[in-house]
Amino acid sequence: MELRGRAHRFGDDINTDYIISGKYKFKTLDMKELARHVMEDLDPDFARKVQPGDFVVAGRNFGCGSSREQAPLALLHAGVGAVLASSFARIFYRNAINTGLPVVECDTSRIDGGDELIVDLEKGVIKNLTKQEEIPIKPLPPFMLKVLADGGLVPHFRKYGTFNLD
Amino acid sequence: MGKTIAEKILSRKSGQDAYAHDLVVASVDFVMGQDGTAPLAIRVFEEMGGERVFDPARAAFVIDHSAPSPLEGVSALHHLMREFARKQGMILYDVGEGVCHQLLPEKGHVGPGSLVIGADSHTCTYGALNAFATGVGSTDLAAALVSGKMWFRVPETIKFICHGRLPPGVYAKDLILYLIGQVTADGATYMAAEYTGEAIQALSVEARFTIANMAIEMGAKAGLMEADEKVRVWVREHGKEDFEEAKADPDAVYARVLEYDVSRLEPQVARPHRVDNVAPVSEVAGTPIQQAVLGTCTNGRLEDLRIAARILKGRKVHPGVRLIVAPASRRVFLEAMEEGVMQDLVRAGAAVVTPGCGPCVGTHNGIPADGENVISTANRNFKGRMANNKAFIYLASPATVAASALAGEIADPREFLSKEVSGCGTAG
Repeated sequence: MELRGRAHRFGDDINTDYIISGKYKFKTLDMKELARHVMEDLDPDFARKVQPGDFVVAGRNFGCGSSREQAPLALLHAGVGAVLASSFARIFYRNAINTGLPVVECDTSRIDGGDELIVDLEKGVIKNLTKQEEIPIKPLPPFMLKVLADGGLVPHFRKYGTFNLD
Repeated sequence: MGKTIAEKILSRKSGQDAYAHDLVVASVDFVMGQDGTAPLAIRVFEEMGGERVFDPARAAFVIDHSAPSPLEGVSALHHLMREFARKQGMILYDVGEGVCHQLLPEKGHVGPGSLVIGADSHTCTYGALNAFATGVGSTDLAAALVSGKMWFRVPETIKFICHGRLPPGVYAKDLILYLIGQVTADGATYMAAEYTGEAIQALSVEARFTIANMAIEMGAKAGLMEADEKVRVWVREHGKEDFEEAKADPDAVYARVLEYDVSRLEPQVARPHRVDNVAPVSEVAGTPIQQAVLGTCTNGRLEDLRIAARILKGRKVHPGVRLIVAPASRRVFLEAMEEGVMQDLVRAGAAVVTPGCGPCVGTHNGIPADGENVISTANRNFKGRMANNKAFIYLASPATVAASALAGEIADPREFLSKEVSGCGTAG
């Protein structure tokens, strides 16, 4: 799986309420509506600026806070191709894989907003085309890679009828 | 090789000899969703081709986050939950019953050694009863409703040993805020937290829930304690008879062991906008506040209301402060009325709202205005948490919240506790 896009830079401890505010996620299951408000408390123009396939790039503990998977879904529906962070909160990490949003743990300190990136999940490497650098990715356990390759837990369940760890 | 509590429970429930880092598929004892997560899980359940819930007697939906509904859109989602629960024959706790994390233990759905998943991040609360309980999202909830199973990466464990006894006026909330401040908001990411030591043993079961509840605020997957006689009595009183405790082996392997002497701890406050931005109350005392919140899954139990009432009884909330009280459940509300605690709070000036999540999550029931400061017994103070990103949330114990509501500014509760009541510190 090779992804290509532009980086949008955020800081440490981006919680699920920053990703999509609680005031929206309780009243609708319309993910397109939620996607219009993604990241708006941090960058009101983000939903307008993000191009299909672009990357959200952040520091430590991305996705801390609530268990609501409206957070990864709002990012997916806004067109975000993957989230790159130096570490993730565990419920968000799980939810992202379950919903088919690639999450990439790596050293993000040298990636700036606007950098052009190619993320190769199989080879486990990010090519920063703007800076002519390569960044290694912390590999995903095979089961998670499999769920991601299936497109999330729904297609995985449809395919196998249960969890396939083999 | 010895096992931690997490390794013991996940081994039993998966039928595998499991250790930290192993990937297992385990059978769950109970599954829960609330109104922020269940509607999406219902949709995913259908997308997965689910027809019947694996065991309707071991699955509950709780309408607590936005209850009663403040909006048409929310009402439609509540309706969807009621219809699904009715069709499936599963348990539904509707508007007014209380907060999911109070209800599951209170209704006897959880006991020592249980494996529980809940589509709410504070599901780790039940770890106080020696249950491996963890928060998941809607897709995991749907998969568990279909299969009764869940995949887990067995966590490493970080062990907190708390020596000494909490001094008067210092409570479980102060202890957990202090520990989070020490290890930071991601200090236990992907791990289970085990809490032990004299200070924990001295606490009531209610106070232990407060500590387990906030394990997620240090990034942990579960917040675990061993069961003792207090826990056994508590769960039996709440209708749970069958359970198998999980005790850590003496040679269990821990990622980290941290020891603290808490006998000189001061009341603690988490300042905006991070739960780990913790300071002793003396450093923030005098900060003006406009709203005080008593309740939530962290501190909305009878013992918490009693602690606040001891300070508020016969006094009046500062005229510049709104004190909002949300009892954690109908049962708590009734008990607080029966023993006069509720009268003390209301006479002091409290506005009581429906048992449930109340203002904590920011859907209704007390959204602060721009620039306002709130002191709350809740577990999160993120920017925007109470639906206004221009407000400032401070977190503290019920005693500190009550004292601050009287003073109109953040105040040290020890100044308000008379000598004869100060002995309650060890219970809190």
